[in-house]
Amino acid sequence: MSWILILEQTLNGLQFGLMLFLLAAGLTLVFGIMDMINLAHGSLYMVGAYLMAACVQATGSFVWGLVLAVAGTALIGMALEVALLRRLYQRDHLTQVLATFALILIANELVRLVFGSQPVLLNTPAALSGPVDLLPGLSYSSYRLLIIAVGMAVAVLLYVLVAKTRTGMLVRAGASNREMATAMGVNIRTLFTIVFGVGAALCAIAGAMLGPILAVQVGMGENILILAFVVIVIGGIGSIRGALVGSLLVGIVDTIGRTLLPVLFREFLPPAYASNLGPAVASILIYVLMAAVLFWKPQGLFPARG
Amino acid sequence: MPTRALTIATLAAALVFPLVAAPLGWEYYLGFASRIMIYAIAASSLNLILGYGGMVSFGHAAFLGAGAYAVGILMAEGVASAWIAWPVAIVLAALFALVIGAISLRTRGVYFIMITLAFAQMMYYVFISMKEYGGDDGLNLPTRSVVGLGLDLKSDATFYYLALASLVATLYGLNRLVHARFGRVIEAIRENETRMEAVGFSTYRYKLVCFVIAGAVCGFAGALLANQGNFVSPRLLDWAQSGSLMIMVILGGIGHLYGGAIGAVVLLALEEVLSSYTIYWQLPVGMILLAIVLFAPQGLAGAFARTRRS
Amino acid sequence: MALLEIRDLAKRFGGVVATDGVSLELGRGEIHALIGPNGAGKTTLVHQLSGALRPDRGRIVFDGADVTSMPFHERVRIGLARSYQITSIFRKFTVLENMLLPVQARSGSSLSFWRPRDAEQALFDEARRVLASVGLARRDDTLAGNLAHGEQRQLEVGLALATNARLLLLDEPMAGMGPDESERMIGLIARLKGALSVLLVEHDMDAVFRLADRISVLVNGRVIASGPPAEIRANQEVKRAYLGEELSA
Repeated sequence: MSWILILEQTLNGLQFGLMLFLLAAGLTLVFGIMDMINLAHGSLYMVGAYLMAACVQATGSFVWGLVLAVAGTALIGMALEVALLRRLYQRDHLTQVLATFALILIANELVRLVFGSQPVLLNTPAALSGPVDLLPGLSYSSYRLLIIAVGMAVAVLLYVLVAKTRTGMLVRAGASNREMATAMGVNIRTLFTIVFGVGAALCAIAGAMLGPILAVQVGMGENILILAFVVIVIGGIGSIRGALVGSLLVGIVDTIGRTLLPVLFREFLPPAYASNLGPAVASILIYVLMAAVLFWKPQGLFPARG
Repeated sequence: MPTRALTIATLAAALVFPLVAAPLGWEYYLGFASRIMIYAIAASSLNLILGYGGMVSFGHAAFLGAGAYAVGILMAEGVASAWIAWPVAIVLAALFALVIGAISLRTRGVYFIMITLAFAQMMYYVFISMKEYGGDDGLNLPTRSVVGLGLDLKSDATFYYLALASLVATLYGLNRLVHARFGRVIEAIRENETRMEAVGFSTYRYKLVCFVIAGAVCGFAGALLANQGNFVSPRLLDWAQSGSLMIMVILGGIGHLYGGAIGAVVLLALEEVLSSYTIYWQLPVGMILLAIVLFAPQGLAGAFARTRRS
Repeated sequence: MALLEIRDLAKRFGGVVATDGVSLELGRGEIHALIGPNGAGKTTLVHQLSGALRPDRGRIVFDGADVTSMPFHERVRIGLARSYQITSIFRKFTVLENMLLPVQARSGSSLSFWRPRDAEQALFDEARRVLASVGLARRDDTLAGNLAHGEQRQLEVGLALATNARLLLLDEPMAGMGPDESERMIGLIARLKGALSVLLVEHDMDAVFRLADRISVLVNGRVIASGPPAEIRANQEVKRAYLGEELSA
């Protein structure tokens, strides 16, 4: 168990956590502001990845592919909001769960219709397919470094947007008191559509950037969506700060857990148990973490709504 | 609630079905009907906490899986007797429900929904990691549970009657429970939980008991399911499975006695019919679900009740 | 011994001090009114007494027992019940079904899964009795959501009454009521005198001075005066802080 390995896994955890943050941020904003539980958020992530694959194929450029994928997904997201989702804001949570679950089914099948059931290939851009030497002995994928950079840039941008701009203030006002915000003349409907569009764009960035690393296939959104839920529950609904802390926590704990636990178990337990228990405990580690956080703070670490 | 006549007619048809199935060459549908009835039991148990109790649990499939795996694992270890395996399935599912419920019920609203989902997902990973019991591929059951008493569950007809009897018993029990003191309390908690506390009820306790009962019944359904297909898979705990159960409840009529049963029949029949036309059958199912949720949230039983009243 | 003793209760929310060292005593069979301007912390105090909020400091002693950390529903079981300022009833149930719930709560365990509740005649008799005492006997079949506002407030109080409470915390029972409805509510509360104790939070000064045996005045989370109505009426500090306009007639 070398320090290099731990460092490398920490970076992986950071990378995954930041991408998870992109999903969690959009999700928590929609929860916090529109009080809507949106299961189809993972589908937007999937759409982003697929659009990326298609656009990179079409334009031959990673950057253009990214731009088009993000724009396309944002448009799809906003169209969805206007046509369908805004009817759900006033409905109860069960209705929202079932309606957006139906959207998942529909989205998965539509994607399958268009792209087929086989995973689609998305390559890392040629310029970044080589490793970079960060430290003597630690060589890390340059693409993953890019992901970390993009993730951090978006996090900073979001922070500036929400905390320092007028729109951000409106968003926060809408989150804490919708009626008051409306009374003060904020056009809530447009605000909601924009928020949803931003959330969709964030999903697309995550989907597009993670595409080369994870598989681009139907149903890829669901697994990461559940992780995003865990993040929000840990971080506190409606809080971007909570989403960031939660994502990093989950990303790092999950990644390091998967590396460390099997090793630890092999050290201390007979091999028959270790080979099973290690991976099993590693995969449920973040859920245990979630349960532990909830026990101590049932509203998450930074609940935004009082 | 449908008229007595309709209920009796349906029951009569169900009783007679195996007898006409063989001569008509419908043996396949015997197994299919058994599956429907088992899912009807599972969906009815969800209806108890979701429809009557107002607890939006998105992890109900965990109990289905717990029951199924109890039977599967015991059989893999050489215990095939239903008299041991099925009670174990029920107790195991009840224990899962106790632990999951004890933690989840301390939260409200969206937190509750997400936590129940997360816990079910957690159980899914636990069962996937059990390599010696099939892991991701699932576990085959060499035989069905041994009941004795001259009944051989290998016979699809015998199994069918067992499933039917179980469904009838479940619905009867649900009916009594809903009209008993406990059911009244649960419904009232759904209506106004704060006031229920204010008039002297420990709402957490009642919700937890309700959760455990529903989990136990679902565990029994899981045991039957494992038997029906001679197969157990972690897919049973997948959140799509939980979602399916919820679809059944809302389709059939949330909070109506036969809601779970009707929903199971309709959804599974729909899937069966649609999948013979297209491999993309989830698309129309999704659209139908969306339509129901948006325009007919009371489900089929609710619509029926409305037309009767008018 | 006083039925209710509040000793140096304090509660703050972030920077806002809602309850600032409140001490109060309530005797048996007494109707004690709690008045004060909006934002004085009256409802917060009621929340702490009923168990919805945990105080930061201080003790609440009910009939000799320290209930400061006792859960909400347990306080109801020992006789401390409340009604809500914003009507909180079971709108989709009939008035009778509403009333059956507190009655059911205090008649044995409801962990009963088999016997139909509607077969228990005793529950229905008792529920009807309480309905009659709050003047809703003829509305028993109506859906609670269809009641007039005043009737809903009567049901609101009735639900608390049906718990067999020894101390009722009534949070603005007359909220939003016209003169006739208020008169009925005043009569209802007056009939309770002696049978049980009432802590009455109200803005309606007419009702307060007609009903109360003693009045306490809460301003900015502190009790600035406490005593019989005549004494409060004459108290200069109270007049300055609160009563001024209301009593000018």
